Amino acid sequence: MPFIPHTEEDIRAMLDRIGADSIEDLFDEIPKELRAPALEKVPEGLNEMAISRLMQERAARDGMASNFIGAGAYEHHIPAAVWQIATRGEFYSAYTPYQAEASQGTLQLIYEYQTMISRLTGMEASNASLYDGASALAEAVLMAVRVNRRSKSKKVLVPGALHPDYRRVIHTLIGNQGIELVEIPFDETSGQTPLEALAPFADDDVTAMIITQPNFFGILEDVDALTGWAEQREIPVIAVVNPVSLALLKPPGEWGENGVDIVVGEGQPLGAPLSSGGPYFGFMTTRKKHIRQMPGRIVGRAEDADGKPGYVLTLQAREQHIRRSKATSNICTNQGLVVTAATIHMSMLGDEGLTRVAEACYANTHALVEKLAAKGIKPRFTGEYFHEVALDFGGDAASRVQAMADAGVLAGYQLGRDYAQLDGCVLACATETKTDADLEQYVTTCEQAKAA
Amino acid sequence: MNTTENHLIFERSRAGRSAVAQAPRAHATTAIPANLQRKSAPGLPAASELDVVRHYTRLSQKNFSIDTEFYPLGSCTMKYNPRACNSLAMLPGFLNRHPHAPASHSQGFLHTMFELQEMLKDVTGMKAVSLAPMAGAQGEYTGVAMIRAYHDARGDSERREIIVPDAAHGTNPATAIMCGYEVREIPTDASGDVNLEALKEAVGPQTAGIMLTNPSTVGVFERRISEIAKIVHDAGGLLYYDGANLNAILGKVRPGDMGFDVIHMNLHKTFSTPHGGGGPGSGAVGVGERLLPYLPVPHVIENGEGGYRFATETDYPETIGRLSAFAGNAGVLLRAYVYMRMLGREGMQRVSEFATLNANYLARELESAGFDLAYPERRATHEFIVTLKKQAKELGLTAGDVAKRLLDHGYHAPTTYFPLLVPECLLVEPTETESKETLDGFVEAMAAILEEAGRDIDTIKASPHNLPNRRFNEVAAAKALDVVYQEPSAEEGEPAPRTGTSG
Repeated sequence: MPFIPHTEEDIRAMLDRIGADSIEDLFDEIPKELRAPALEKVPEGLNEMAISRLMQERAARDGMASNFIGAGAYEHHIPAAVWQIATRGEFYSAYTPYQAEASQGTLQLIYEYQTMISRLTGMEASNASLYDGASALAEAVLMAVRVNRRSKSKKVLVPGALHPDYRRVIHTLIGNQGIELVEIPFDETSGQTPLEALAPFADDDVTAMIITQPNFFGILEDVDALTGWAEQREIPVIAVVNPVSLALLKPPGEWGENGVDIVVGEGQPLGAPLSSGGPYFGFMTTRKKHIRQMPGRIVGRAEDADGKPGYVLTLQAREQHIRRSKATSNICTNQGLVVTAATIHMSMLGDEGLTRVAEACYANTHALVEKLAAKGIKPRFTGEYFHEVALDFGGDAASRVQAMADAGVLAGYQLGRDYAQLDGCVLACATETKTDADLEQYVTTCEQAKAA
Repeated sequence: MNTTENHLIFERSRAGRSAVAQAPRAHATTAIPANLQRKSAPGLPAASELDVVRHYTRLSQKNFSIDTEFYPLGSCTMKYNPRACNSLAMLPGFLNRHPHAPASHSQGFLHTMFELQEMLKDVTGMKAVSLAPMAGAQGEYTGVAMIRAYHDARGDSERREIIVPDAAHGTNPATAIMCGYEVREIPTDASGDVNLEALKEAVGPQTAGIMLTNPSTVGVFERRISEIAKIVHDAGGLLYYDGANLNAILGKVRPGDMGFDVIHMNLHKTFSTPHGGGGPGSGAVGVGERLLPYLPVPHVIENGEGGYRFATETDYPETIGRLSAFAGNAGVLLRAYVYMRMLGREGMQRVSEFATLNANYLARELESAGFDLAYPERRATHEFIVTLKKQAKELGLTAGDVAKRLLDHGYHAPTTYFPLLVPECLLVEPTETESKETLDGFVEAMAAILEEAGRDIDTIKASPHNLPNRRFNEVAAAKALDVVYQEPSAEEGEPAPRTGTSG
C-alpha cells in the first residue's frame, strides 16, 4: 500500500484493541444511503517509475521556448542552493510555526525575511507573506480603509496602468465590502500616470491611492509627484513595486516627503520559478504605526524563560484563529516555503548581486529595443522604462506572436487583451537570463514572422 | 552540529563578501532619472555562498517536521509528503512555463490540470472544480462569494447571514465577514453534532447559507447531515463544505452526496502537497449545479479540438472573477496530481481507512493510559479530542503543558485549545502514514507525562528543556515589538538606526 506502513498483523492488533471486526466498521456512523459509489475518474495507482515517465512526457510537451513574457512574472536565474535548501524536509514538511520552541528555524528565517523586504522597500515592518502580488494588493486596500478612519467615502484611486489582472483581483476580493475603485487614466503618449489625471479628485474625500512602479507597461512613474499629491491631502498611499527593480529605484519608503504607508508586490522575482503562475508570494510592508492593521502572520523577536533570544508569531490577536469574525483578514496559510526560498535567494545575491541582476535586466531590454528599432519596431510609449516595454507590432501582432512562438520565441504579452487602444502592442521583457544570441533570435524570428 | 547558536544572517555578513558565482556580469550604469534612483544600498546580507548554505541548513535543523518527527497536529493532516511529488512538479518543463505562455505551448500542463479537476470532481461528488484559490481561506472566500453571487443574481439580496457552528475554524466567520455577511453562531450538542433545534431556530429568510466541516472539528461525523441540508435548503440557504477534514472520508462519502452546494479542499492537507512551514497551499473549490455559473476563472476546459484551454470571463460571464494574477498555485496543483495518480482509486479509500484506524486505535490507547476523550461514546474519525479538564484541576497539568513537554519527548504537539468549546483540549490527528510503533511510542510519552505530573509538575511547567529555546514570553514580545532587525551601532553595541537608506 503506497505510503501506508501497516502490516496485516498491525491491522489485526489495532482492530482488536478498538473492538472492531473490520476497518469498515469504523465508518458505521456514516448513514448507509450516503456512502460513495466507486470512483470513476481516478485511475489505478501508478508506481514512482510510471508516474515519473508520465510527468516527464507532459513537461517535455510544453517545449523550452525562449521566453520574453513578463507581465507580472519574470524569468530570473535562481541559484541551485535556493530550492535545494528550501525543500529540505525540515522546511518542506513543517507546518505553520505555532509551537515556537519547535519551529525556530522557520521563525528566525521569517524574521530575516521581514528585515530584508523592509530594507528593500524602505519600510519599518513586514508580515510573513500573503498569497501573491494581486491578492496582497487587495489586502492592502482593505488595510488602507482601516487605517484611514478620517475618510468616509471608501473611495480608492486605482491607476489604469496597474496590472489589469490585479485590478480584476481586487474587484473579486473586496467587491462585497462597499469600496469604490476609481480608475485613473494613463497618458497615451508617455505611458505614465500624469498628475493632471488626479485633478478631478483634488477636493474629493479619497480613502487611499495606489501608485505602481514600474507600471504595467514597464514605464517609470514620477512617484515623488504622485505621492506628494496624496500627502498634501493626507491620503494613505499604497505602492505596488517590483522587488528586483528596487535595487536601482528609490524605495517607496522615500517617495514624496515622508514615504508611502503600505508597500505590496509580487515576490516571484526573488527566487520563485515561473511555474505556470505559482506558487509565488505577495509581500507587504508598512509603517510601524500601522502594524496592528496589517493582515497575515508576523514574527517578532522574543526572550525565553532563560532570557535567551528567539522568535515567535506575534500580534496574533489580529488573526482569524483568535479574533474570528473580527480578524483583519481570513488569511491563515500563506506562502511559507516560497518565502524560505526568497530569503535564501536574497542572502545569496546580496546588494551587489541584486543590483547586477536589475542592471542586466535593464540593459538587455534596452538592447532589445535598440535592435528592434533598427528593424522598424518601436516602443509604443515615450516614458522611461525599467525592464519591460510595450512594442508596437502593428495590425498583425496576434499572428506574428503565434508565428514567433512556433519558431521558439515567446515574444511577449499582447496588450490588446486588456486595452483596446493598445491593440497591436506586445509587452516584452528581457531579463538577465538572456544572452546577445537570445536577443538576436528574437529579432530574427520577429522579422521572419512578419515575412510569413 | 551546533544548533544552539542563533546568529542572524546579517550578523554573519562582512562588507565586501558576496556569492560571486550568482551575479551576472556587470553592465554599464542605467539612464534612470536621478530623482527615481535609489541613493544607498538596501542592506541585504553580504555573505559567501557557503555562509548562506550553512546558515539556512542549520536553521532548518531547528524545526520539527514530518520528515523528522511525528506531527499529530489536529485538523492539519500532517501526513508524509512523497518526495516524487516535489521532484516531478519541479521538472524544468513545468518550472519554466510562463503563466501567459500560449495554449500551443501549454498542452502538457493544461491536460494535467484538467485531469486533476476531473479526479477532484469524482472524489467530492461535485459538478465542476476550479483550481484557482491559493489556500484554504481563499477557497472559503471563493465559496461564500459564489453563494452571495447566486442570491444576488436571483434578486434575493435580503439574505444577510451565514450560519457557523461554534466549533468552526476561525477562518469561517472571518471569511463570511469578508464577503459582507453577518455571522450567526449555533451551538454544538453534547454528542458533538450540530444542535438541530438551534439550527431550525436560526434559519429564515435572512439565511444566505451555512458553513460546515464534516467530520466536524470535534472529530466526529455529523450523522444528521441530510437533515441539516434539508433545513437549510428549505429556508432558501446554501451549504458550504469546509474541506479541512476531507482526509477522513476520502472514497467513503462525498460532500456532493451529503447535499453541499460548494466545497473547498485543502490540497496541502488531504493531497499532501506539503505544508511548507505555512504554505503554499491550495484551496481548490468544487460546486454543484446551482453555483456553476459563478465559478472563479481561470480553470481548464476542453477546447473542442482534442486539447485544452483556460476558461475566462468570456466563457463564464457571471463568474465571481479572478483570485490571483495568474492561475493559482500551479506547482502545488502538480504535486496534488502526482499524489493522486500514485495512490490511485484504491489508494484514495485507503487514506480514509487507515487515517481512521490510526485515530481510533490511538484514542483507545490514550484512554487506557488515563486520558479522557471528549466524546468517548463516538467513533473517532481521522482525529479525536483529548480533554485535560480533570488533570488541569487535580494536577495543574494543562493542555499547553502537555504540548510543551511532548516536544522534549521528540513529538510535535497536537493542536491545543481548539476547538474552543472543549476545555483544555488536544486535537490529535495521527494520519494514515504513521506506523503502529510510532503511535505506541507517542502513547508511552503521553503516559510518562501524566505520571510525571503527579510527582514533579514543576519540571513540566518549565518545559521544553531539550530544545533550542525554553518557553517564550509572548506578551512581552507583543509589547516591545521587534519585527525587523536593526544593526547595532559600532561603539556601544546598542541597537541604532541602520546606516543605508533613510526609510
